[in-house]
Amino acid sequence: MTGRPLKQIHLAAHFPGVNNTTVWTDPASRSQIEFSSFRHLAETAERGKFDFFFLAEGLRLREVKGRIHDLDVVGRPESITVLNALAAVTDRLGLAATVNATFNEPYELARRLASLDHLSEGRAAWNVVTSSDAFTGENFRRGGYLDRADRYTRAAEFVRLAREFWDADGAQVRHAGPQFDVTGTLSLPRPPQGHPVVIQAGDSEEGREFAASAADVIFSRHSTLEAGQAFHADVKRRLAAYGRKPDDLKIMPGVTYVLGDTDADAHERAAEIRRAQVGPRTAIAFLEQVWGVDLSDHDPDGPLPAADPVPDSELVQGRTRLGDPLEIAARWRATAAEKNLTTRELVIELTGRQSFIGSASTVAAQLDEHVQNDAADGFILVPHLTPGGLDDFVDQVVPLLQERGVFRTEYTGRTLREHLGLPSPAGG
Amino acid sequence: MPRQLHFSAALDSPGHVRADHYTALARAAERATLDFVTLDDSFTAAPHRPDALAAFARLAPATGRIGLVPAVTTTHTEPFHTSISVNTLDWVSEGRAGWLVTVSGTEEEARAFGRRPVAPPPELWAEAADAVEVAARLWDSWEDDAEIRDIATGRFIDREKLHYTDFQGRYFSVRGPSITPRPPQGRPVVVVALAADDLPERTALATRYADVVLLDAPGPDAARAAADRLRLQAGEQLRILLRLGLALPDRAAADALTERIARTGGVDGFHLVPADPGRDLAAFADRVAPALRARGLLRARYTGRTLRDHLGLARPASRYAAGPDPVAATAPAATRSPAEVSR
Repeated sequence: MTGRPLKQIHLAAHFPGVNNTTVWTDPASRSQIEFSSFRHLAETAERGKFDFFFLAEGLRLREVKGRIHDLDVVGRPESITVLNALAAVTDRLGLAATVNATFNEPYELARRLASLDHLSEGRAAWNVVTSSDAFTGENFRRGGYLDRADRYTRAAEFVRLAREFWDADGAQVRHAGPQFDVTGTLSLPRPPQGHPVVIQAGDSEEGREFAASAADVIFSRHSTLEAGQAFHADVKRRLAAYGRKPDDLKIMPGVTYVLGDTDADAHERAAEIRRAQVGPRTAIAFLEQVWGVDLSDHDPDGPLPAADPVPDSELVQGRTRLGDPLEIAARWRATAAEKNLTTRELVIELTGRQSFIGSASTVAAQLDEHVQNDAADGFILVPHLTPGGLDDFVDQVVPLLQERGVFRTEYTGRTLREHLGLPSPAGG
Repeated sequence: MPRQLHFSAALDSPGHVRADHYTALARAAERATLDFVTLDDSFTAAPHRPDALAAFARLAPATGRIGLVPAVTTTHTEPFHTSISVNTLDWVSEGRAGWLVTVSGTEEEARAFGRRPVAPPPELWAEAADAVEVAARLWDSWEDDAEIRDIATGRFIDREKLHYTDFQGRYFSVRGPSITPRPPQGRPVVVVALAADDLPERTALATRYADVVLLDAPGPDAARAAADRLRLQAGEQLRILLRLGLALPDRAAADALTERIARTGGVDGFHLVPADPGRDLAAFADRVAPALRARGLLRARYTGRTLRDHLGLARPASRYAAGPDPVAATAPAATRSPAEVSR
């Protein structure tokens, strides 16, 4: 890396959400819904000079076997409302809301995001997600149906139209496209950032192309340095076709971390955390998603079920489909046989995301290695504890990154776009 | 001994999009120990203003006691989103949220969404009533003690205490339950603005669902008659505040207001509509409020925490918590035809 200036790491904080990675059984676990929890995590992230604070979204409670799933943290607030409140207690931290482009309309959402950008003085971001899920649709006027192929078509036109509204600076927008035919005027001037930052999450071919054409940040997920490098190279290569430079899109995988006094301590703690995240019933529920049958009698400490999965089952609803069940089962059986894993051990292995485990100096070095070697531009940290899950990272790892000269010691800009080093969009 | 009245104020001030403007207004209202403030909204070009719910969420942590009642339309919006947004305002304000229910009746607003032509007001208000019904069901859909964190059984929630709302109306259907747990107030305070001789549909919504009516009446007699009528239909729990213009209030205004109060029977208080909120709310807090307090008409300090406390309204129990479960939590999901759910 001689002669090349050090790349600066971008860091964001994910509020531990509704999934089995949040360890609610820990004695230090607090409310996932009271404002004080959001405030604590956001203030910690700002103390650590993070780029932004990230909230996921849920629009229907997950079900297993026709009943509400009761093992994981469940129940969360509406993202944009929480972020507006957090704008009052933070000063520089970016505020990113996940909002579905399928069950919202461009005029209203463009206005809500412009409002967040004004009320936070330039700190708003939108993580664009889509859904084609009739299950989720049962809570909305639109209902369920949106063809899979139309999801990104609608999302792309949605983002284009939102930007037309932002650029219009209070003038009228007339838009007639395949998805939307609207004429409207936002009651707001152009947002302080021009366009709130657009984040895209999703790893499919369509998702990558959509990100290359329209996103400022991509929230990815991969498990190794090599996989990260391959993803990074692929996505950055796509930008030129849209007249964009490699730096115009930041790649920020969602990662977990575990710190310890020594690397050995940290690995021991990480194993405990994984066992707390994947209890016996959680392991079975995960398996049922693929098998499509009731497996409550299956022994989690034994091998995988002998019978094959039932394709096209609607046993588990409200969760992303993993793929062809028969193919997945074959792959899982091979992994379990090769590594001699019980059902629960296999699920622990499968559900792990990229993790940085070790002493603070080990973790700082690993994060830096990934960024300097173009496996990522930064990370969205997903702590396993609410709301104190970021405290040790900010106290121990951030100072080491600052010493290495790869992370800011003070905010140098005011807006999220400035923190991320993203170009200011030209006016319309 | 005169009876203490309820006071609220509108913060509407066209042309302002910055947070500090609204924070300063809400703090003045809080200094005046008002029950709550309102903020209007619409999907139109003018006046310049932010989304009302966003603005009030932004000032929730910057205030301590004042109730926050943003206008949110039920036209062109998703009832599920509205329900969880108002619920979330209650969480971030620790029990100070309300919802001023409005509709969007202009062509301009309909074209901004491009989904359907504008509907006549009776239809819009009937749809609004459905939206409020759904919101209330969703707020109730988590019983207060649904979160159990039972380490022994590994269960975070007791799924028997979460309930499907299963609303099916003329305009939309919502399966539920909410994704947001029951708000601190149980249900945020529902507010409806109403003229003395308003549309039957709008009046019906108010008498059935509103906790507070902001009443427009041409004079004391009309106000009393309308208030009596509303109370007859809605019951004693309804709070009726008469809308009152406010411009450059001073001590003399306090006298005039006191006289007005004496002449206007039947209402519980007043919703102040300042000509210039930046000027008039501070003047009210500094000059009029002390005079009203001296006469025992205005609280000396907040004694409660939540907006319901300020209004003297009880925290409602979840409709699903009382008695046997009317909607079994284990009911099968697919009991409707695809045509019905995709409407």
